[in-house]
Amino acid sequence: MAVAADDSSSRPASARLVRVARFNSPPVRLSVDGQSIEANAGESVLAAMLRARDEIGKAELGGQGRAGFCLMGACQDCWVWLRDGGRIRACTTAVAAGMEIVTGAPPGFPRNA
Amino acid sequence: MPEVAIVGAGPAGLSAASVLVEHDVKPVLIDEGKRPGGQAYRSPAPGLDLPIDALLGTESGKYRRLHARFAAIAERLDYRPETLAWNVQEGKVFTVSGPRIVTIGYDALILAPGAVDRLLPIKGWTLPGVYTLGGAQVFLKDQGCLVGRRIAFCGSSPLLYLAALQCRMMGAVVVAVLDTTSFSRKIGAVPMLLASPRTFARGLSYLAKLRRSGIPVRHGVRSLEVAGAKGVEGVIYRESSGEVRAVACDAVALGFGLRPEFQLAELAGCELRYDAIFRQWFPVCDLDGRSAKGLYAAGDGAAIGGADAAELSGQLAAYAVLEDRGLPVPQARLRGLRRGLGRLRRFQRGLASAFAWPHAWLADTPDDVIVCRCEGVTAGDVRRVAHAEFGGSEINRLKALSRLGMGRCQGRFCALSAAELSAAALGRPHADFGRLRGQAPVKPLPMAARLEP
Amino acid sequence: MSILRTEVAIVGGGLMGCWTAYFLRRRGRSVAVAEKGLIGAQASGVNFGNLRIQARVVGELPLSIRAQEYWERFEEITGESCEFAPTGHLRIAFTPEEVATLEKYATEAEPYGLGLQLLDRMELRRRWPWLALAIGASFSPRDGAANPRGTATAVARAAQRNGARIMDQLKVTAIESVAGRFRLSTDRGVTIESDVLVNAAGAWANDVAEAFGESAPIFAAGPAQFVTEPVPHFIDPAVQAMDGSTIFRQVPRGNVVVAGYPRGPSDARSNRAPVAPLKTAAHMARLIEAVPALASCHVIRVWSGIEGYLPDMLPVLGASETRPGLFHAFGFCGHGFQLAPGVGLVLSELIVDGATPTPLRGFEISRFSGGRQTEAEQFRREFDAR
Repeated sequence: MAVAADDSSSRPASARLVRVARFNSPPVRLSVDGQSIEANAGESVLAAMLRARDEIGKAELGGQGRAGFCLMGACQDCWVWLRDGGRIRACTTAVAAGMEIVTGAPPGFPRNA
Repeated sequence: MPEVAIVGAGPAGLSAASVLVEHDVKPVLIDEGKRPGGQAYRSPAPGLDLPIDALLGTESGKYRRLHARFAAIAERLDYRPETLAWNVQEGKVFTVSGPRIVTIGYDALILAPGAVDRLLPIKGWTLPGVYTLGGAQVFLKDQGCLVGRRIAFCGSSPLLYLAALQCRMMGAVVVAVLDTTSFSRKIGAVPMLLASPRTFARGLSYLAKLRRSGIPVRHGVRSLEVAGAKGVEGVIYRESSGEVRAVACDAVALGFGLRPEFQLAELAGCELRYDAIFRQWFPVCDLDGRSAKGLYAAGDGAAIGGADAAELSGQLAAYAVLEDRGLPVPQARLRGLRRGLGRLRRFQRGLASAFAWPHAWLADTPDDVIVCRCEGVTAGDVRRVAHAEFGGSEINRLKALSRLGMGRCQGRFCALSAAELSAAALGRPHADFGRLRGQAPVKPLPMAARLEP
Repeated sequence: MSILRTEVAIVGGGLMGCWTAYFLRRRGRSVAVAEKGLIGAQASGVNFGNLRIQARVVGELPLSIRAQEYWERFEEITGESCEFAPTGHLRIAFTPEEVATLEKYATEAEPYGLGLQLLDRMELRRRWPWLALAIGASFSPRDGAANPRGTATAVARAAQRNGARIMDQLKVTAIESVAGRFRLSTDRGVTIESDVLVNAAGAWANDVAEAFGESAPIFAAGPAQFVTEPVPHFIDPAVQAMDGSTIFRQVPRGNVVVAGYPRGPSDARSNRAPVAPLKTAAHMARLIEAVPALASCHVIRVWSGIEGYLPDMLPVLGASETRPGLFHAFGFCGHGFQLAPGVGLVLSELIVDGATPTPLRGFEISRFSGGRQTEAEQFRREFDAR
């Protein structure tokens, strides 16, 4: 019975999640608030974000941090903005190369007609 | 041949599809996920090197069989992954896939959308690092991630034990398993639990494994709180002896059983009934899953039963569809399925007793605890509205006046608690408070979604 | 069986009934409200929330202007907030014909002092650069918006504090004339006796009117509405396309509330108001055309309600023509929310003073008695089924 590799040595101090199984798929680079993060094809945006930081943004009301909750697309806690104005649900969306996530409102919102 | 649509590709939906395909029906299988399996048999994301068989243990064979069955019949069904069914009206399912709205007509609709975790609001449950119990499990299976390095498993659910073991197997430090149901209550439920001796034995073995690994397991825990400033730092609880304890952790997996996703059934026209043992609402249907004309319900979305029951109920629903169209069905097989399902449902009722939702806590939930996460509505807000003249005398009214349940999740994680809280505040029976009326869309619908011509 | 004696009995505990009760108490009359369900749970509680003065037929403008003051002072009067926002109302035109209609209306409405501002495409672009489609508009600065939920209960509590008897879950089952007074039987053993009766029973108003030989061709319908998830706030005015294809406003919390025509039928007996999903889809598409910035947000809830409509799109408001002491206030055709305090005030004046300074021409229930049914052209455009 395999015990998964412990990658705590590469886990940033502020990361929330711990990856305990590796992806064999190609690497995918994306960014969060301009900061580059490396993920793998098939990884969810939520997993990729929370391996690098401890929050995915702030709640609209009250400003408390958000880090997802149900992890299966039911609670709707993990919606995030993309720089181009799109919105994705982080736990059910796979990373894509060049994805630019912003944790606050996207710059230039609302765009002119 | 009837046009049959199935919502949900977990064990119930897949089993229904399998029976229909055997009888030359080509069902449309609508799956919100990317791959079949639902939650119970969620398969790892492609490319993820996860020891799923080790994780699933004794259930690994069922997992493999279900996925193999899907692969074998995939060509003979119309599988629609990444497709959300958001409304059912006038004999059509309204779905959205990416930017496309697609309507799917049917003669018979089998609703097998499963369930989500049932939660109960406690101090600190909205801190980053608190996750649902089911979610923590699914995340491990799907993404190969632990929700934290040092995890506390809290709530009242048999899944607490399994999830704790799975996470530990993958390298988590399980700081404690804090079960809110007393040990004596569990003992009291044993006779019902013996309805499924194998499942019962499995559960006992989880408990034994945890004990052997030195993980603190506490029963009858009360006054549970999550502590932390910007994220989870620990949990505080009261032992059944009365002593207050604190344990440091960086993540909490919290769950109090399951809550069926009955919203589509309601929109489609099914009646719902209140179950006093589970203290929540389910679609009205017979043992075979017949709910209303052309409408069938299966799996945990119809009655909490677990994955094995879901497979049986999915088959029964499919046979019911065929039988209701005058097609021959194997009666002996049906009898066997019904017997098996009856036993498993009885077992689940035993579990509901052994792992009872601590609804009585809600009478004492501090006013400043958030009940509705999406809208930031606190227990105090709920009580104020419930007590107000002309105020929230039932849950839909409470929603209108307090905004509880008006957020993105549309009441999934707050409505049951809010009803208990208000009922306690007003001294009325919980069932009287009713349930939130289903409103479309059952999940957020992208504004840019366009009807496919 | 108990008998409740009061000067004025009001059937219907929506905003019309509750405001009337409030103003009657201010004039010292005893009043009892009987509401068959919950206070303000019907049209009063599920409407769009526009506090709109402009675009009403000029005959409604005096009533509407009188009402607006009470919305502006709502918190002061009731002690509770209705989330009143002085948004202003932007009525947008997509065609030169619509622009001409706006100009004509601005001229007609001028004497009433609305202060309408006519805007061309350039001015629209300058002030609200996120707005597409519109080639012209009329902006009414005094218009506003509020959260309809909870407004009627706030008014009911204010009326009650001033001595009104407000009874919910009390259905009036029969109304008789006994020795010149009204006697209302109910389903809970309470009998109400009064000198005056106000019919504020909304979509159910004919049940009351017909007891006195009057009726109106009222039918129940509801606007298709939906609301989005919260997004950063940028839409200040309440906006309404003249053709009704998109009507929207953004609440302070960030959610965008959206409505659109055609209205669909609702069922006042079974209390159901379904919305055809494809109608929602069409409104979603239209909203993005008008506000491209909303293209990536999500719809989280769809609803409609039970509103009472009349074929000429005007309410019934005023004294009964068959029974002295009976007053009607119903059939506000989906635009009664803003009028409600004015309606209550006017009814209190009719009841106490025998007259009101506010003209009520065109709102008589007798206009239907000849069997004539003038269907407004507006009506045909705005509904998809009878």
